[in-house]
Amino acid sequence: MRTKFSSRLLAASSVLALGLTATACGGAKTGDTATSESCVDTSGDTIKIGFLNSLSGTMAISETTVFKSLSMAAEEINADGGVLGKKLEIVSEDGQSEPTVFAEKATKLIQDDCVAAVFGGWTSSSRKAMLPVFEGNDALLFYPVQYEGLESSHNIFYTGATTNQQIIPALDFLKQEKKIESIFLVGSDYVFPRTANKIIKQYAAANGIEVLGEEYQPLGSTDFGTVVDKVKAAGADAVFNTLNGDSNVAFFKEYKGKGLTAAAMPVLSVSIAEEEVPGVGVGNLEGQYTAWNYYQTIDSPANQKFVTDFKAANGAKAVTSDPMEAAYTSLHLWKGMVEKADSFAVEDVIDAAGGVTYDAPEGTVEVDGENHHIAKTALIGEVNAEGLIDTVWSSEKPIEPDPYLKSYDWWKN
Amino acid sequence: MDSLLAQVFTGVSAGAVLLLIALGLTLTFGQMGVINMAHGEFIMAGAYTAYVVSTIVASTELSLLIALPVGFVIGGLLGLALEASVLRWMYARPLDTLLVTYGVGLILQQVARDIFGAPAKEVPAPSWLDGSIPILGYDFPLTRLFIIVLAAACVAALLAVLRFTALGRQIRATVGNRDLAETIGISTRRTDRATFFIGSGLAGVAGVALTLLGSTGPNLGTSYIVQAFLVVVVGGIGHLKGTIVAALGIGLLQAFLAHALTGSVAQVIVFLAIVAFLQLRPQGILSVRTRSLA
Repeated sequence: MRTKFSSRLLAASSVLALGLTATACGGAKTGDTATSESCVDTSGDTIKIGFLNSLSGTMAISETTVFKSLSMAAEEINADGGVLGKKLEIVSEDGQSEPTVFAEKATKLIQDDCVAAVFGGWTSSSRKAMLPVFEGNDALLFYPVQYEGLESSHNIFYTGATTNQQIIPALDFLKQEKKIESIFLVGSDYVFPRTANKIIKQYAAANGIEVLGEEYQPLGSTDFGTVVDKVKAAGADAVFNTLNGDSNVAFFKEYKGKGLTAAAMPVLSVSIAEEEVPGVGVGNLEGQYTAWNYYQTIDSPANQKFVTDFKAANGAKAVTSDPMEAAYTSLHLWKGMVEKADSFAVEDVIDAAGGVTYDAPEGTVEVDGENHHIAKTALIGEVNAEGLIDTVWSSEKPIEPDPYLKSYDWWKN
Repeated sequence: MDSLLAQVFTGVSAGAVLLLIALGLTLTFGQMGVINMAHGEFIMAGAYTAYVVSTIVASTELSLLIALPVGFVIGGLLGLALEASVLRWMYARPLDTLLVTYGVGLILQQVARDIFGAPAKEVPAPSWLDGSIPILGYDFPLTRLFIIVLAAACVAALLAVLRFTALGRQIRATVGNRDLAETIGISTRRTDRATFFIGSGLAGVAGVALTLLGSTGPNLGTSYIVQAFLVVVVGGIGHLKGTIVAALGIGLLQAFLAHALTGSVAQVIVFLAIVAFLQLRPQGILSVRTRSLA
């Protein structure tokens, strides 16, 4: 009886197991495309806005911090008298790390809660799932994370970096400062690393840098024995790392274990921020490079206030990172747009968006009215012994966003 | 030659990791027939044990060695609690067990998230595992070497228990024929509990060892549970030697394919190879013949 059962049990357990692994890649859902009249209530002395972050599931680790910094920005704005004299009333929904849930909750926030704008999303799949909802309902989304570019929606404002504000400056740094002649690409196997590496390869071809290898591991993979062997055998001048999440931990432990060092073969990562450093281990990361537009160590009054306030609200051990800062900034930018438009209506806000500036913790940022991204200064950082990241190189001035890389003649999509 | 050697080393060390995570399952799933989806969370509990021990024990040199037995006990106690509270009522309903233990796994993940927070924790490795030693011209990371040794030690210990102790004889008798074992005076309830304790304890040990390679976070278990079941199934359910062969075989196959192709493609081919293999040999590499009539 027992042995007979086991084959059927196996079938059942493998189905369940496959289900587990498949949850990370749910498809995009077409949103409700019926255009409806805005039901935003502007008559009272409060105005509703929506926060849509994953507070559960695999992405909760990252998105909870975004939720916290958004909440902090809302409190600040309310303490300062609100927006156009109205206090912000937050409606928070959990995206559950699931793109379809993001689309559903976005519809709910727009149609049932009648919020004036929604702030949130992290993964590109969640953004792609929400895009038709916001376009169909003519609503507003503020998306706070660096991403793979090649997108520009009328209804979305992108306050994280696009590729020409993060990846291309990182390559400029490696070429000009580190004088690299060859590079090895390591990434997780999904849209962001694939797109990033496509850009890197074209940049390399145009700039005389040799790409010695390109390796992808499935998302969440923790077996990097073979990959690091290949990296070591290739002996490139630097490694460009687009791995995401837990894979970074396994990769850097293996990297150090096989005797590779930041001095001999530096790794430049685009997905490791202050939040992730303790998990990977300061000892495994010290001296390695990162590319972002914000670090906790930025020495400016605006950032000192941001860091102090965030620690006061979330404990002395809390750290601040690029996506958190971009989310915090996005709420302040929306406030600036509304006040410039003197209206909460979506089209008025979008019309007023171009040229709105804010003295953000990362420095002064300015909204591009055409492509809805913001001009940001690129910063290359080096992980220090305390686990924070020090700026070692920065672009001379804020870089104008160019999501389709039109201004780069080597780029062919 | 160099690269061939590198692939063999990488494959063996990947195999050792698979062996460690699957070893406990050969007992609870293989021998007892319980599909315990929370096995991965017992591995996670072991990893967090290593983290807690590293914060209590000041010396990073010793904390790993202390964490191994503590992880075994923590994993074992979790298993015992699961067995005593839920599983004992469900031995006759294996499909319900699958769902219930999956739920228990989710609860354990959330508990870990509430206690330790969502971001991954770092468990510092002892300095005597820093770096690598050259074996035949290939730099072999000491952490991976340690895991191979640990996996071998766990297998040896488990074999010794099963073969030479009274408990081991009782476990084998109960697996062979539960009713007959009872008629000769073996308490199968006690045996079940002891088996589950050891199996879950081994998951805890695996968790401690995995902190040397990867991150310690609430989702640690989910990334290993599928592979663990695969190894047990390919090896032949209920067969320890089969598990060893399967773990090393899958590890080597993965390493060679990943070297020749890419990581993602290698994984797909390994899965396809396993499906094809199970078509030809559904009972796995080795199979147990029981006299069980039921």
